[in-house]
Order: sequence, then C-alpha cells, then structure tokens
Amino acid sequence: MSEYRIQGETGEWEVVIGLEVHAQITSNAKLFSGASAAYGGEPNSHVSLVDAAMPGMLPVPNRECIRQAVRTGMAINAQINAWSRFDRKNYFYADLPQGYQISQLYHPIVGEGEIEVILDEKDADSPRKTIGIERIHVEQDAGKLMHDQHPTMSYVDLNRCGVALMEIVSKPDMNSPAEAGAYVKKLRSILRYVGSCDGNMEEGSMRADVNVSVRKPGGELGTRTETKNVNSIRFVMQTIEVEARRQVDLIEDGGAVVQETRLFDPNKMETRSMRSKEDAHDYRYFPDPDLLPLELDDAFLEECRASLPELPDAKRVRYEGMGLSAYNAAVLTAEAETAFWFEDLLAQGAEPKQASNWLQSELFGALNRLGKSLDESPVNPAQAAELLKLVSDGTISGSIAKQVFEIMLETGQGASAIVEEKGLKQTSDTGAIEAVIAEILAANPGQLEAYRGGKEQLFGFFVGQTMKAMQGKANPGVVNDLLKKALA
Amino acid sequence: MTDLTKLGVAAIRDGVASGAFKAVEVAEAFNTNVAAAKVLNAFIVETPEKAVEAAQAVDADRAAGKPLGKMAGVPIGMKDLFCTEGVQTTAASHILEGFIPQYESTVSANLWRAGAGMLGKLNMDQFAMGSSNETSYFGNVISPWKRGGGDNAALAPGGSSGGSASAIAARLCPAATGTDTGGSIRQPAAFVGISGIKPTYGRCSRWGIVAFASSLDQAGPMARDVRDCAIMLEAMAGFDPKDSTSLDLAVPDWEAALSSDLRGKKVGIPKEYRLDGIDEDIAAMWDNGIAWLKDAGAEIVEISLPHTKYALPAYYIIAPAEASSNLARYDGVRYGLRDLPDGAGLQDMYAATRAAGFGAEVRRRIMIGTYVLSAGFYDAYYTQAQKVRALIARDFEQAWGVCDLILAPTAPSAAFGLGEKTNDPLSMYLNDVFAVPASLAGLPAMSVPGGLSKEGLPLGLQIVGKALDEQGVLNAGLAIEERAGFTAEAEKWW
Repeated sequence: MSEYRIQGETGEWEVVIGLEVHAQITSNAKLFSGASAAYGGEPNSHVSLVDAAMPGMLPVPNRECIRQAVRTGMAINAQINAWSRFDRKNYFYADLPQGYQISQLYHPIVGEGEIEVILDEKDADSPRKTIGIERIHVEQDAGKLMHDQHPTMSYVDLNRCGVALMEIVSKPDMNSPAEAGAYVKKLRSILRYVGSCDGNMEEGSMRADVNVSVRKPGGELGTRTETKNVNSIRFVMQTIEVEARRQVDLIEDGGAVVQETRLFDPNKMETRSMRSKEDAHDYRYFPDPDLLPLELDDAFLEECRASLPELPDAKRVRYEGMGLSAYNAAVLTAEAETAFWFEDLLAQGAEPKQASNWLQSELFGALNRLGKSLDESPVNPAQAAELLKLVSDGTISGSIAKQVFEIMLETGQGASAIVEEKGLKQTSDTGAIEAVIAEILAANPGQLEAYRGGKEQLFGFFVGQTMKAMQGKANPGVVNDLLKKALA
Repeated sequence: MTDLTKLGVAAIRDGVASGAFKAVEVAEAFNTNVAAAKVLNAFIVETPEKAVEAAQAVDADRAAGKPLGKMAGVPIGMKDLFCTEGVQTTAASHILEGFIPQYESTVSANLWRAGAGMLGKLNMDQFAMGSSNETSYFGNVISPWKRGGGDNAALAPGGSSGGSASAIAARLCPAATGTDTGGSIRQPAAFVGISGIKPTYGRCSRWGIVAFASSLDQAGPMARDVRDCAIMLEAMAGFDPKDSTSLDLAVPDWEAALSSDLRGKKVGIPKEYRLDGIDEDIAAMWDNGIAWLKDAGAEIVEISLPHTKYALPAYYIIAPAEASSNLARYDGVRYGLRDLPDGAGLQDMYAATRAAGFGAEVRRRIMIGTYVLSAGFYDAYYTQAQKVRALIARDFEQAWGVCDLILAPTAPSAAFGLGEKTNDPLSMYLNDVFAVPASLAGLPAMSVPGGLSKEGLPLGLQIVGKALDEQGVLNAGLAIEERAGFTAEAEKWW
C-alpha cells in the first residue's frame, strides 16, 4: 500500500500499527447472565444477581454470544477453536463487581484469520492489503463510574457490566493511519454483515486500543505504546498520527519510548500517559473454575457457517459481474444496510444498473439533504422499485421521476398514484408531439436557420424547448426522432 | 412419649408420615434443644419460626392427604455458607455480617421443597477455611465431646462444617448441610462420631453457596447414620442449569438401593496412607474397618496412590488461588461491610474494608493465592499444582482398575483441643491429609464412625468411590455402620 513515512530530523520513519478492537456482541442477554444487554436504560436497571457479583452467584455462558463470535471468526476465514476456555483477569475496580473480568487469555475461541482492505474504494486499481488477525476472544464488559452525581462520592452503573464483547486483535500489519482507518471500516462492515455487532462507535459498541511503534524503515521493531478506548475511525487515524510523531520527536531528542498505556485527547490532539509498565496491573490470569471448557460440536459449527450471509467481498465481485462499475459495487457493499437495501430493490424487479445509479444519486442525495440514514428512509425499496419501473417501462421520463420522488418523500404516496393524480404520464403520441414541434420551429426561425446552416449543437435547444412546452411529459426518444425528421 | 430429638431423618420422616407424631412437635423439640445449647455456639442465627412454619406446612399437607417430600417434617441446620432468602448469611465472616440474601441457594431450596425446615444457620470456619471452627468471626464452635478421665478441655468439632457436626452430635438437629472443599464434611463428621458424605463434584449445585474454591466446593449431608445421609443427599442433589459445573444426571434412589452386602466388591487399601508415625488408635480402627468390610463380603486389595504426598501441597495452592479471586467481590462497594476512613479513596476503602472484614486465616489464604497466581510464580505454583492434581486423579483411575472402593482413615487423629493448633497452620492443614486427594479428584467420599480413641473420642473411617458411585460408598458405609456398633454419644454437659 502507500509508503507512509514520518519525516524526522534523522530521516524517514516507518510506523507499525496493531489494533485491538472491542466489539459489543449483538445479543439480547449478557455473556454470563440473563440481564438485558440493551444500550441505555436507567442506571442499574439491567443488572442481575450475577452481574452484581452477589455471594454464591455463578456465570452461565450465553450460547448466542458464543455463536456470534464463531460466526465472526468464520467471516474472516479464521481458525475456529472447537475447544476454548475462559480465564479470570483479576483486578480491583468499582465498576468490576466480581473483582475479575471473565476473558480468554490462554485459549481464545477464534485463532488466526485475515481481512483484506482496499485503501481507496473509489479507485478500482487501489492496492489491496491483507491484515492478519491474531485472535478473537470473548469477554465481559465492565460497568461505568459516574463522577458527577455527588460532591465526594462516585456512583456506579452496572448496566454494561457483563455485556459480551469480542476482542479482535490484529497483527502489527498496518503502516499508516489510512490503512488502520480502512481496516476498522472493513472490520465494522464485516461485523454488520454478520450481525454480530452493530458497529456503533458513538454508543461505544465498538472501540479500539491502538498499538503504535516507530522504526527506521525495515529496521527492528520499536517499543510500542497502547492508546486505549479510541472511539471513532477518525480518532484512530489521528491517534496514530500524533502518537507516531511524538515517538519520533522523543527518540530524535535522545529519549526512549516507554511501553505504557496512553489516552488520546482529540481536543488537544495529543496522547497522554495513563500508566506505565511499572505500575501495570498483575492480572493473575487463571482458568475460571466456575466454567467448564467451551467445546463446540460439528453441528453447532455447521449451523454457524450456514447462517453466514454473503460477505462484502463476495458481494462486490458479484455486483461487478452484474455490470456495475467497481466504484459503484464498492459503495453498495461497503455497508451491509446499503447492500441489503439494494438487493431488496432488485428483488422487487428493479434493473441492477438503474437501481444502483438511482440509489447512489437520488436516494443518497435526498437522505443526505434530510439528514437521515438509510434505515430511516421515508421511501422503502418496494416503493422505490415502483418508481424505477415507471421509468424503465417508459411511463415517465427520468426528469419526471425526480419530481415524483420528491413528492414521495414529502407525502409517502406511491409513485403510480402520484403520476396518475398529477397527470405526469409521458406521452408518445406522435401527433401531439409533432404539433408542438411545428410550433417551436415556427417560433424560433433564427435558430432554425442557424441549425440548418450547420450549427448542429442547436438540436439540444429544440429538444429542450419541446420538452418544456410539453411539461416534460413527452417521451424523449420519440421527441428526438420526430425533431430529427422535422429539422431534416 | 419418645424424645423426638433422639430420632434421625428416616425415623422422623416415617413417624410424621405415619402420624406417630406431628412435624410441629419435632420442630419444637429441636428448637428447645437449640435454645438450650448456646454454649456450644453451633448456630450463628436461630430460626425457630422457620422450623415451625415448615413443619406446619407438612402437617397440613399430610392432613390434606397430599404426597409428602423426602425430607417432610425433618428440621435441619443450614451451614451459613448457603444463601438463605431473608435470613442473614455470613460465611461466618465479619465482612458479610448483616448480609441478608434476596435469593435462596439451589441446595437449600431443594431441601425446603422436600419438606425440610430450617432450625438456623450453622457456625463454621470463616469462608469454610479451617479445620477446627476457630476461624469463625462469631467465635469457635465447641464440640459436645470431652476426653475421658475428667479432662475438661474444650475440643474442636472439626471444620469447616463444625457447627453442623456439633449440632448433630449434641442432638440440636437430626441432620445438617455441610460443604466439603478439602475435607470440611468428612473431618468434622469423624471428630464428633457422625456420618457425612461429599458427593461427586457436580452432584449438588453450587449456586447460592458462598464460594471458597470453585473447582473443589461440593455440598453434602451430615447426619447420624448412612441411611439419613442417603435420604438427604437425594433431596439436595440434582442438575441445576444455573451452575455450569453441575452434572446433568438424574438423582439415583440411593436410599432404596442401600445394601451392606459387599460380595463381589473389591476394596483398596492405599499403602501411601499408612504414614510413618500414624496414630495407633487410627491404625487400629483402620484394621477394624478392613475386617468389617471383609466380613461384609468384600475382597481387600492393597493399592498404591503414588502421588498422595503431593496432594496437600497442591491443594494448598489451588484452593487459595481460587479463593483469592472468589473473595475479591467482598470489596465494600455493593453489600456487606464497608470501612471508609475519612478522606479515603477507592483503594483505601478496599484495603480498610478487607483488612477489617476478613479474619487472619482468610487473609493468609488470600495472600497465598495471590502470590501463587502472580506473574513469575504462576507456572511454578499454579500450573505445577494443576499437573499434580491431574496425576492424583490418574492415581485413582489406575486404582479403579483393581478395586471398586477405597478405605482409609478420615483424619490422622481424633479431635484436638481448641487452641492447640491455632499457632501452627501447617499442623492444622495436615488434618486434611487423607481427605484432600478425593477432593482434588472430585470423587464421592464419606466418613462413618469407626470407633473411639483411647481417650474416648470418636474416630472416622473414610470410603472413597468412583465418580458417580455414591451408592457404592453409601453401601460400604452401611456395612461398616452395621458392624462397628458405634453407639457412643457425648455426655450432656451443656
């Protein structure tokens, strides 16, 4: 991919990046308890006795969370470990009632896999890069401390406590902010396709720990820092930029990078030390004795595989095969919602190229204007297909379709009904069109003369005038044919 | 009229069912004994009204002709490790003092459903860590037994289920729940001349039992005889989807299949248990046990459990390791004790709360456990101990190639005096030397009275069986019980 280099006083530096993405697993209940995993809710309203770590409470794995992790692993062509185990990561904090997080250190459920990223999806020739995935393991989220509720005390909200997370650990295979951004984007897209995580970074359903080190190109790996809990793709890229720059400046000033945990401050555009290795926790990981090893049988794995949807890469290739441009296919497949919407359109009988163009120009344009997302679209695929059909069967012209679409957005009415009510049906009545053409030619003798004198660009002028006179309802093909005859 | 408190589980159940007496009369009789025995300190909380309530329900059911449960009309003591809804549950600790669960442990719920009633919450070693009941925050339990010859020294009832043992021996209850992590049912049963069985790991749900060492903890009954243990274990056991380590198996009808005919059974005598300097009384009792089992038709074979000597060290790594993590939840944040010094931050609160809330033995084990799990020591201690555990399990597996059951002493000595071993934790830990291997292997094991020491104190014989063979263990226990003729009782002084 791109040769991203940081220009230092001593020359160029290469950046090495690895990401640990925490993705909240989509499930109704938490990883080890029956409490709701829904986002929001009054503080401590989604808390079971297990989540609050009451005496004698025991975790029971939620099959759906395990299933989602396995499906995710399959979607990145990863090794699925039929035998895995949960470990306890021990540390004290008020948002962690058990005093340990149940995680998987020694035997994760998903082993090595990979994700192919395209740096510039608009460019069909953009280089592609395969980013290795080290592992995916399943673990519990912690609760949340609230420091603004009381002058001297902190409050604890355990709603998130015990919610299932996947930690997706990449190999240090990325070398630029853009690559890291493309990786997170692609990963999020895959998670959404699979349905294992909603990828909503604003609500914290996805966040990244960013490992960065710098080295002279091709040299030994440098000491890395880990910037925690970065919660947007833009921030991931910015973190890498500022942290790599900081490391280069530090080293060139004769200092040394310390292995430590840092935080990104988007306001000051800097990373700050959270804690260094010296005061790092000793987590005392050991196998959770409350849980048996997780053993997945063939039937379960088969069900997981069978339930996987067509994934973005496969979809993109298929769309290109339908005659869509590489760019259009990439845009349609980048987000699962877009692809699903597009396929609904096709299922309703729309023609692929027409549907793709309309979706990307008309629909996206309108949604953009309205500030709405695709799933909030006032027009659904069935309604859109109806509109497109009116264009393709010649009932209305493309320009009338735009008007009809506007009315659909405003009123929610069906396309056919609007066309009927407003009398927008296009006419191929040659007699009527010929009459209008005759009037136009008569009214514009100068242009007519010029045209006949060789100024053939004026053909468009006559088309425009005719269409205008017919309020856009004339069939453009018929108008063309008749005009050519009349002007000959 | 007979003294109802002289009756065991089967006799009470049958008497209530036949109408010989009312369940309420039984409850009241035991309530009276409990109230009169405060000096034994066997109970942390007494719940006479609960015992009467449950008894009334049983009497009403009987009057209405409804079917009665396995434990109908039997009042029992509940070890304070079991969470009981609406009744303080402390694990005999200060840190949980005043903690009243809003939920009922699966095992206790099973017992109430079977018609048992609760006389109270029984004292124990704090968080089940101890072999003498001296680590309880609520003061030690005293054994009803005294050494002969006018020695008036107060004796330990064993531990950690010492309250259960003492209460049954003193006839404050006909039976009680215990839990056994490394001998906590068997050793106290042996010390006070009663029976107790730790079933196969996973038979009884751990849900709602305050955890000590999750991979070892197992609930079981303690009662006056083998039949009573069989009845109560049936009521306690069963699959529980809330405990991932619970065994999804039907509960056998152990009582119905009780038989002391051991013909065709081979009983192994592990040579490694015959330690140098073994107590003479213990050795003699063991020999008697061998003779009784032979008499019952069993064939005796010598077996080897070569890794036995590593069991205790491995246990004292694994159990504290798990405990150090299991007890992390007692942090003063959500329930139980909170010690918040002026101006204290979160870390100070943790330190103050846990220093004040945990007793010395609990703190010692948390520190040992934290140490053996820490970076740089984990492999040398924890990983190594797990390997030893696997070898010990393999020892048993190999033994089952030549025998069906194993007979050994329960403990290396009779009950010791309170305070005698307090300052020597290692000699205290040695008490569990015979009990721990079966715990590490998750096997069913039972202690039944095997006789008296020269000083007139009870001694226990231990039977260890194959996984899930509680029946074989109970049957061998019954064969010993029938031949040992153990009728000795503590002379009432309280």
